[in-house]
Amino acid sequence: MERHVLSVLVENQSGVLSRVSGLFSRRGYNIESLSVGVTEDPGVSRMTIVVDGDSYILEQIKKQLNKLIDVIKVIELDKNKSVFRELMLIKVNARENTRASIIEIVDIFRASVVDVSTETLTIELTGDEDKIEAFVNLMKPYGIREIVRTGLTALERGSKEIKSYKKYEED
Amino acid sequence: MKAAEAIVKFLKEEGVDTVFGYPGGYIINVYEALRKSGIRHILVRQESAAAHSANGYARVSGKTGVCISTSGPGATNLITGIATAYMDSIPLVVITGQVPSSMIGRDVFQEADITGATESFTKYNYLVKDANDLPQIFREAFHIASTGRPGPVLIDIPNDIQTEDIQYYYPETVHINGYKPTVKGHMGQIKRALKAIVESEKPLILAGGGVNLARAQDELLTFSEKSGIPVVHTLMGKGAFPSNHPHYVGMIGTHGFSYANEAVKMADLVIFIGARIADRAAGGTQIMPENMKIVHIDVDPAEIGKIVGTHIPLVGDLREILRDMNGMITPKDTSKWLETLKSLKTEETYRTGSLVNPKKAIRLLSKKLSDTAIMVADVGQNLFWAARNFEDLPGRKFMTSGGMGTMGYGIPAAVGAKIAAPERQVIAVTGDGGFQMSMNELGTIAANNLDLKIVLFNNSNLGMVREMQKKVFGHTSQTALIGNPDFQMLAKAYGISGIRVQSDDELESAFDQALNHRGPFLVECIVDPDESTL
Repeated sequence: MERHVLSVLVENQSGVLSRVSGLFSRRGYNIESLSVGVTEDPGVSRMTIVVDGDSYILEQIKKQLNKLIDVIKVIELDKNKSVFRELMLIKVNARENTRASIIEIVDIFRASVVDVSTETLTIELTGDEDKIEAFVNLMKPYGIREIVRTGLTALERGSKEIKSYKKYEED
Repeated sequence: MKAAEAIVKFLKEEGVDTVFGYPGGYIINVYEALRKSGIRHILVRQESAAAHSANGYARVSGKTGVCISTSGPGATNLITGIATAYMDSIPLVVITGQVPSSMIGRDVFQEADITGATESFTKYNYLVKDANDLPQIFREAFHIASTGRPGPVLIDIPNDIQTEDIQYYYPETVHINGYKPTVKGHMGQIKRALKAIVESEKPLILAGGGVNLARAQDELLTFSEKSGIPVVHTLMGKGAFPSNHPHYVGMIGTHGFSYANEAVKMADLVIFIGARIADRAAGGTQIMPENMKIVHIDVDPAEIGKIVGTHIPLVGDLREILRDMNGMITPKDTSKWLETLKSLKTEETYRTGSLVNPKKAIRLLSKKLSDTAIMVADVGQNLFWAARNFEDLPGRKFMTSGGMGTMGYGIPAAVGAKIAAPERQVIAVTGDGGFQMSMNELGTIAANNLDLKIVLFNNSNLGMVREMQKKVFGHTSQTALIGNPDFQMLAKAYGISGIRVQSDDELESAFDQALNHRGPFLVECIVDPDESTL
């Protein structure tokens, strides 16, 4: 089983998310995360889907996604040639005696504190999975109250765009 | 113009002259427009039959079948028919009424989320939110249903939208960003396939239902004749190649002929043409890329490599690809290979008992039928009695619910077939189980005085399940159809003539009587429940 990151252009209309997620559950593919948002073209959305699977499964996923009428293009993003980012909001216990040390870690990670209360700090962090995991591990001793993550979102490095890829037909 | 009137006009623009349906509260506006339109409406007796009839109509006419129902239970009754069409890639446009837009999501009377429910077995579906989108939606729906790999498309139309006023237009062209099916085959791949043929010693064509869907029978015939390559086929590929041709080997699969399966095992190159090679077809053939070279030609790239690995994938419209290949192919001497295959063939022997032998019956009937006859088989033992004994002469047609295996498909599909081709003989073959799932359609047959013949193999049992239970468990359970009606009296109640046949000796005159009779006719054959499928 390998982890793959797919970038998928879809029509920005209702029912698309259900069609895509339905396809994964129906055919028994494992989906690790899915993030979606509108693109430079308001009629088009872009999904970043992280999936687990061997080469056969990946091939099937790509083909079945391409078969969906609402899917415009599917590409797989190479880890080494792409920027992977995720945003996390994390609420940790922070009292007077621990607040400073937490903020020190926040600075090291170039995260930012977005909310403070007498008992907690809420921190915003952007990064790839490793960075986020590392940060979470460092927060554990303080007591994590809540975590929310957007799921991975990704873009290929360099000047190439998803639109410049040919429509998938046959390999 | 009222949206409902526009909808009916769109249907006319698409060349629709017949629709199958069942009216109801949230579709009456469309029905009112339909009434004035001149489009023929066939009132079925339950909605799933509307989808099956539209399916049969589509397969015979080559056009997109259209069926209509109301919201809620009307729509959910269609579901089996939609899934059946989806599995066999039959082009349908399914129109359902929906509760008024403002009520959606409130679980009001006769509300069902039909777009959600059919998401996984429609090629695409629409819930109309703005009446002004209707022209685009209908144009797209017919385009999606009928191009590429065909399939059912559903349009769910809330009642209030049907009565809105819209500016009438019908788009000339259709452009869907994410939908551009490949038509022409990749020339490099075609050359590779042709080279593989040259290099092979025992090549074999494996034709599937895609050949029938693409109407590429003539091209396949030319391909086989020019190349010298013999042909086996799947159940859905029945009729893709004439069974009286010297290159014809037979039907493969778990319920096919062992010599046809044997042929696949012996081949060093197998060319799949429009075949999915699903479990039932692949069973008994040991199709594996390790054992043979595989060329897979299909319009749907997702089918290639899904079940069986492929050496040479070739995506596009089968007709186009075969035409291209036919123009470039070099003839091959396959006489030795053909000889070998011929020597494998065995004549079927029939058990003779006191009751009707269904295999013999179909064989006899097949001899009596015209060269353009259509046989529609239901599901169960009757399907394989029919499929294994109906001769695929050029111009004939055989159809069944191959993918879904839907009992009750036979009679309503035959209704659609007869309406599509009134001049052709249409025979529905069914068992007493399948018959009772659709016998209400005798009403549709009687109302339209459809000249179709029903061959009912009555063993008072669910024969196929019974056979399976006996094999697996050594006994049977819940398969005896106790309480079966007198089918002759039942037919008579609808004003339909018929005859009950108790032995093989009576078959000849019974079939003659049926075929000479003008109007619907029921030939009921009494069959021993121990009669085997194969």
